[in-house]
Parts: sequence; C-alpha cells; structure tokens
Amino acid sequence: MQWISWFLSSKGNEYFCEVEEDYILDRFNLTGLNTEVQHYAQALDMITDNLDEEIQDDVRGNLDLQARLLYGLIHARWIVTARGLAKMLEKYKRADFGRCPRVLCQSQPLLPVGLTDVPYEKSVKLYCGRCEDIYSPKSSRHGSIDGAYFGTSFPHLLFLVYPNLIPPKTGPVELGLPGRGGEVDSSRRSRRIREEQEAQAEGVGEGMSTASVASKADRYRPRIFGFQVNEIAKLQRWQEAVRDRQISRLEELEENA
Amino acid sequence: MSRRNDYHTLPQGEQSLQDEEAISATGEGDEEMEDAVDQEEGYSSSTPTSTLTWISWFCSLPGHEYFCEVAEEFIEDDFNLTGLNVMVPFWKEAMEMVLDMEPDEDTSKIPDVSIVEASAELLYGLCHQRFILTRAGLQAMVDKYEAGVFGSCPRVYCNGCNVVPCGRSDLPGTDTVKLFCPNCNDIYTPPSSRFQGVDGAFFGTTFAHLFFQSYRELAPAPFWKPASPSSTSPRSSASSSSNQPAFVNPNPYGGQKRAAGKVYVPKIYGFRVSERAKCGPRMQWMRLRPENPDELDLVDWRGRWIDDNDHYEDDEEHIDEDRPMEDFDPVRCSG
Ligand SMILES: [Zn+2]
Ligand SMILES: [Zn+2]
Repeated sequence: MQWISWFLSSKGNEYFCEVEEDYILDRFNLTGLNTEVQHYAQALDMITDNLDEEIQDDVRGNLDLQARLLYGLIHARWIVTARGLAKMLEKYKRADFGRCPRVLCQSQPLLPVGLTDVPYEKSVKLYCGRCEDIYSPKSSRHGSIDGAYFGTSFPHLLFLVYPNLIPPKTGPVELGLPGRGGEVDSSRRSRRIREEQEAQAEGVGEGMSTASVASKADRYRPRIFGFQVNEIAKLQRWQEAVRDRQISRLEELEENA
Repeated sequence: MSRRNDYHTLPQGEQSLQDEEAISATGEGDEEMEDAVDQEEGYSSSTPTSTLTWISWFCSLPGHEYFCEVAEEFIEDDFNLTGLNVMVPFWKEAMEMVLDMEPDEDTSKIPDVSIVEASAELLYGLCHQRFILTRAGLQAMVDKYEAGVFGSCPRVYCNGCNVVPCGRSDLPGTDTVKLFCPNCNDIYTPPSSRFQGVDGAFFGTTFAHLFFQSYRELAPAPFWKPASPSSTSPRSSASSSSNQPAFVNPNPYGGQKRAAGKVYVPKIYGFRVSERAKCGPRMQWMRLRPENPDELDLVDWRGRWIDDNDHYEDDEEHIDEDRPMEDFDPVRCSG
C-alpha cells in the first residue's frame, strides 16, 4: 500500500501502525465513517491507492486532509482489534511511543491514548501503565496529532487483553515479563508483599493478583535539609491512606470471590 | 583584580551543534526552553563578548539554562564555601577562573587547562547549590521560574504547572538534574537531552522545596474541589477566572495557589475500568486530593484513618466528576 507506507514514514506519524489492507477493504469495518469524512469515496480511494490522477491541485489539498482523517479514524478502530493490538504491542516493545518522564517510573514505555473519540477536539496523550497517568508528548510534532486516531480505550484494552504485560510498580522495566516485587519500603506490608512475590514467582499472568501492587509504588518525598515538608507529607499520608483503603477493599473482594 | 577573557567568547557553533534531538525531536518542552535560550543568547550577543564574565559565559552555554548567575560577592566570601575546598581539585586555580582573576605566575604545576575548567564547573555548581538557598538566589530563580525557563510539568492534568530544577542528591556525580512539579509533587526527567550532562547536585535536594515554602503563592494547595456543575455548564464563565472567588488555604504555611486536581480515569468504550478488574486503576490515590483541607486531618501521623468506618463507601466519588452510568467491568463483560 503506497499511500499508507508514505503516511507511516512521514515525520510525526511514528505513533501510527499499519492498518492491514484486508481490514480497510472490508466495508463493514468502516461503517459510519462516510458521515465523518468529506469526499469519503475519493479519500478511501486515495489511501488504498485507487485514486485517478486527474485531480486538481486545489481539490487535492483538501482530499489529502480527508484521507488522513479517514486513515486516523480507521486506525482508531483497527488498534482495538486483536490484530491491531498485536501490531501496536510490537511498537510498544520497541518504545516507539517514548518513555514515561516520571523519574520513578524508570523509563517505562508509554502508549498513545485519546481523551475523546471525537476528532478535532484533543491532541494525543501518552499513557504510562506504571503510574497510570497521562502525559503530553515531548515533541510538538506528536503533540499536534489528533487523539481520536488512537481513541480513549486503546491502552486499557491492551492491558485487559494482555494482563501479563501490566507493568510492575517498582523495579526496572522488563517488557513481556510479569511484575516482580522490588524493595519493600514499609514493614507493615512486608508480609503481604512477600506472599505476593511468591505467588507471582509461580503463577504468572492469569493467576496474578494486582490487589496490592500499589503498596510497592515508589514515591518522591520532598525534603528541606533532610526534613519532610509538612503540608506535602500530610497530603502524601492521606493519599497513602486512600491507597491502603483500596487495597483492603480489593483484597476483601478477592477473598470473597 | 583583572579579568581574563580569552576563553569567554560564546561558542557560536554550540547552538547548531546541540544533539540531534534538537533536529529530530523538537519537543513542546524543548521549544519553551529553546525560546529561553534564544532570549539569553539575544542578550549575550548584544553584549560585547569582551565584557562577558566566566559566570555569564557558563550560564549561557546550551544545557546551562537552569543555572542562575551566582553573585561574585557570594563566592568571594569564604564562609559561604565552607567545606567545599576538599571537594574541588585545583581549588585556587578554579577560583581564579570562576572569578576571572589573573592567575599567579607559577602555573607550571597545572597539567592541563581543561582540568581546571572541570574544577571551575564543579566549584561553580557547588556554590550554586548553596547560593540558590539564599534570599538573592531564590529571587534569581523565581525570575527564571516566572519566565518559564524551567518548563512545565509533562503530566496532562497538572495543566502546564511550571516546574523547578532539583537534584536527587547533594553530592556531585550521583545523578543528573531533574524537574520538580509542585502540583503533583513528583519529579521528571527534563525533556531535552542537553540537560543529561547537568549534575543534579548543582541544584540540590532542598532548593525546590525551600523555593515553594518561600513563594507560597506559587505552590498549589493540597486540597481541590471540582468546579460545581452549575458553574461549569456555561463553559465561557467557568474558564474566566474573574468570577471565581479568591483562593485561600487556611494553612498559612501551605500552598496558596488553587491546585490542578483532576485525576485521569481510564475508560474502555466510554465506561470506567472497574477497580475489580486486574487491569483496573491502582494508582489514582497518588494524584488525589481531598476536597477540603480538614479531610487531611482524618489520617494520623502513621498514615491510618482515625475513624476508619466513616470514609469507606464514598471513596470512588472523589475522582469522577463525569461519572458514567456504570462501571465497565471487564471481568463480567469478557465472561
Ligand atoms: Zn509513569
Ligand atoms: Zn505535575
């Protein structure tokens, strides 16, 4: 596919993966997109390399724009299919979407995500599976890509389908490997963590529990001449109490399951 | 004291020599910082290079944008440098270089000027770590902060809150400079690789926090209440800050700025991912703030709820202003 190859190799389009021809040629997959895209038929011809050459330049500019929009909207649907997820997974493993800027995430690779599924509203953001937060792309080239071309569901669906890829909350990045426990910072939780580490060592993937993973998350603790900053320390204690409450809730659910 | 100027000319090639990143990945953060570079360069190029001091020259180098100019009087006062002389080789020569003093006649024992240059950089960095904790240093840094020289937090829901440089250690040679965001209280890697050669110890562990203690109006408060639905419905009025009441943190020693408190809620096909799912949210607590400052007192110094039963049920309500009809529960959906 010439147009798609050209599109994918253009600067700034590094986050996109290749949508397979079969997927695009199956009109069922494109249901409803004809109302989203102007000159839909020609735009579709363009991305599938079937466009007649005699197109006037003034029309061509807009058509090019519509072709990109169409490809983006198809892309959003494609990457939440089994084959699309697999393609994006390859890119994730190569860290094509960059790495988390948060120091304590230890360069965890990111995944693209939209804040809305409606085009022309919000630019693409990057989701970190370790801190579970979203970041703006470093580069303005990527900062101007439409988030709807990736959609709001994609990274979460990826971790739903590949639960063994959910990153551990601490320790170095190991793509494709299940979470491993790192240093224990509170003795209160050490027993639980030890049990979990043992559980993870044997039963990986499906059997793994994520109920108490947050207790292992590393946090930055602001200090002035070695002393914690009062108000921040108080907020962090409150946040950790919220965390502990969630852990108890999840563990209770697990026990009752 | 006479000034030496032979090596103070600003290397013109440096700007274009900046790592490939400048060409291949001009980032949002990068752009902000490049603007800052341009400003400084504009300033220094309009200043004859012959009057450029070593300190101004050093601070104008690419990658040195986070440094402020340490007052020469500060460096000249031995009291301020207590203990540093054992950390810096060729102390005397480094001092002469930093302060643009003519070196003594007997320079034969110095093997190479580049060694003195490295010592001068170390000396300046360690002085800088101490200087930015002084009133004058904090003032110099707040000017840079307000000009956006340090960039802003990459976290989306920090809404572009400006960050300050910080170190993870006060000992040189341990780690490179990081950026502290006062809104999420977390630290980030600078967006441009040209800061990868800057030692974090030259900013130190204390500065970032002393800075926000000293300028409380720049520090976001630890509580946050989402705008009420009535005020958000006409979008225009919600975005104009004029009709919002003045923000006050009842803790006079705390942050006096309205926080950016939104927390990311993962969704699949429009439904929140349930916490019951294995891939459900586990980290929202890290960015959560209570709606009212009093709620912070519900947790004791050990981090336990003082009255545990009270606040059990309404937990998830803190985080979603846009609550969907029901949770997306992949456990049930995928069957
Ligand atoms: Zn992260
Ligand atoms: Zn932040």
